[in-house]
Amino acid sequence: MSTASSSSVRKAGEAVPDQFPVGLRVLVVDDDPTCLMILEKMLRICRYDVTNCSRAEDALSLLRRYKNGFDIVLSDVHMPDMDGFKLLEYIGLEMDLPVIMMSVDDGKNVVMKGVTHGACDYLIKPVRIEAIKNIWQHVVRKRKNEWKDLEQSGCVDDVVDRQQKTNEDADYSSSANEGSWKNSKRRKEDVEDVEERDDSSTLKKPRVVWSVELHQQFMAAVNQLGIDKAVPKKILELMNVPGLTRENVASHLQKYRLYLRRVSGITQHQSNLNNTFMSAQDVFGSSLNGLDLRTLAAAGQLQPQSLATLQAAGFGRSTVKSSMPMPLVDQRNHIFSFENPKLRFGDEQQQHLNGSKSMNLLHGIPTTMEPKQLANLQQSAQSHGNMTMQVSAQGSQSSSQPQARAQILKESTSTSVTRLPPTSQQPILPNGTASGGYSVVSPASTMLNFPEFPGNSFPLQSTPGMSSVVPKGRFPDDVNSNINRSEGFVPNYDMFRDLHPQKPHDWDLQHVGVTFDMSQGSLNVPSSAFAHQGYAASSQQNGQNRNASTAGKAMFLLDKRSDNGNEQSISQQLDPRFVDGSVRVKAERAPDTSSQTDLFSEHFGPEDLMSAVLKQQQGSIAAAESELEWMFHHNTPV
Amino acid sequence: MEVGLMQRQWVEYTKSLFLEDFLDSQFIELQKLQDEGNPDFIAEVVSLFFEDSERLLNDLTAALAQPDVDFQKIDGHVHQLKGSSSSIGAQRVKNVCITMRSFCEEQNIEGCLRCLQQLKQEICLVKNKLENLFRMEQQIVAAGGSIPTTELIF
Repeated sequence: MSTASSSSVRKAGEAVPDQFPVGLRVLVVDDDPTCLMILEKMLRICRYDVTNCSRAEDALSLLRRYKNGFDIVLSDVHMPDMDGFKLLEYIGLEMDLPVIMMSVDDGKNVVMKGVTHGACDYLIKPVRIEAIKNIWQHVVRKRKNEWKDLEQSGCVDDVVDRQQKTNEDADYSSSANEGSWKNSKRRKEDVEDVEERDDSSTLKKPRVVWSVELHQQFMAAVNQLGIDKAVPKKILELMNVPGLTRENVASHLQKYRLYLRRVSGITQHQSNLNNTFMSAQDVFGSSLNGLDLRTLAAAGQLQPQSLATLQAAGFGRSTVKSSMPMPLVDQRNHIFSFENPKLRFGDEQQQHLNGSKSMNLLHGIPTTMEPKQLANLQQSAQSHGNMTMQVSAQGSQSSSQPQARAQILKESTSTSVTRLPPTSQQPILPNGTASGGYSVVSPASTMLNFPEFPGNSFPLQSTPGMSSVVPKGRFPDDVNSNINRSEGFVPNYDMFRDLHPQKPHDWDLQHVGVTFDMSQGSLNVPSSAFAHQGYAASSQQNGQNRNASTAGKAMFLLDKRSDNGNEQSISQQLDPRFVDGSVRVKAERAPDTSSQTDLFSEHFGPEDLMSAVLKQQQGSIAAAESELEWMFHHNTPV
Repeated sequence: MEVGLMQRQWVEYTKSLFLEDFLDSQFIELQKLQDEGNPDFIAEVVSLFFEDSERLLNDLTAALAQPDVDFQKIDGHVHQLKGSSSSIGAQRVKNVCITMRSFCEEQNIEGCLRCLQQLKQEICLVKNKLENLFRMEQQIVAAGGSIPTTELIF
């Protein structure tokens, strides 16, 4: 198992922009040394950057370690230590990279399996160099689809075109650390400015950019309606934004739901956290790179304490440490900006973070919180009431997967969290008692005020199940927030961990979502150093709700990247950010979550496969990213 | 022996290998991958294959010698052998693998044992053939000539 190679990856930046796909960073996984050698040779002849592995486990750890380090993965189907399809799933969930399966087996069933598991191609061995030459198309296509998502949701459109034109070359040639993702992201940002691009890849539709404010309105509307009743038409009416069509809202709603779904699936695994972090970074990395500096600079001063906290959390490693713009500021923008910077961090820190594992950005807030922490939270939460727990109540609805979650949710039921349709895929959205949709958060507003809402904070507690499982989706937010608030726990992570017992990959994004929550929760904490302090929260929270939403959004994007594992990392990442505005963030989340719940229930009704497929196809990442992207774009850099 | 003659002999020999199915078009693909910068590429890959296949053959022999034959495990080994042999273009070896896999499916020990025997034979044969080929190539190069490019015309 050689890994080799990353050298070229790292120096990708030197590549000449016009030489795409030269420098495409490929990871090859095959237990057969003969095949591996041949493939590597072919890839090198195509001038790709090759890293090879003979074990799936090694490949996964490489991918996790170098989040943005690869553009595409080639994997054999039959491997001794792990089934190729399983690896495919993990990659799809955690990193969302295009994966090409290979096998000497050309039976229809096997090929079908590849398709259903999300492989973007299936090559029959012996693989010919012609087939290898064209693998770059999958990378481009994936990016394009993500952009498309953005477009379809009414956001920036034609990013794809622009991106492809400008980025193709640059993408691959950009520094390895950036990863192709980053490039695309960056491009997306650029593209956002270009509203008038031809939309060759998607249908022509009026361009709607979902700015933070718009999203806030959207979330407010959804929250008001309640997750269960949030239908595009009504949301549109409530939002009352001239020029906005029902379609715009519908697609945005869908993305949101996906996001929530992802969020709820956040796993609590440390590694996930790390990964998430990294992935978040990846996601944002590219785009953020540019913004990072700005944001950081701007945010830098935001809350030294939060920063400190974060640093304490160990996040400090990342460069962000100092710059962590923990935007305690109410502005949503800040939140985003934080996220970005953070994300960026991720890139740099990735390895770093990985080590730290708990991206405990939020130190106080166990962003990375491993489940145990959550458990703690939960316990406390229970006493508090079920704000978050409500989520669990909702959870019951969900399908088996979210069972863990659901249970938690159910138990917490105290508040109206009903939301979380715990279908496996659904993120645990604490419908929140009050707000109804947003899991925990809904009472979130109440919750936010920990002091007022004792129950809120740890709805988790109420549900035993919850204890460690933090509803991934929205739930985490709530939970976290609550938890954090009230007790300063931040065990959110723990909860998540448990939540995800089964399908980590279902929630790849969930992870992000979770993080979000956590961050929120933790965010609150940060203010007081994760302590229950800061909560002054209630008021803050309300205000912060806005932020939360934003943060949530960011999370959303992050989700894409993160996988279960990621979730954690992301959360961690976000946490620092949110720490400042955490309160805010959370508040927002609540409503979102609730709405999300609805979304999820609707969407997740179907089998996991569906969701998985949906997830994949809809590019949850894309959605998340796009969200972040657009949010980011629209937010004034801090 | 003069270079031209050696080259012609090499061409004839190569052709026969293809005609007799010892090698297939994949081998030509491999040859395309070899260049001045990497003149020993094929030799390396091929020796890697033989090492690996030896290991697999041992595993297969051991597995088939068990009182309770684990056909799934055997299938796994054969599958891998099929993959690597097809990667270097060892067609006959690959064909035996295909046959052996269906015996595995039928849980036919006899069939599997026969195939195993055949595998050993074929691998040995193609190994010798390739060794001859490489030796001829070395001689050509040593004599200052270059190895003709193989084109599968037939």
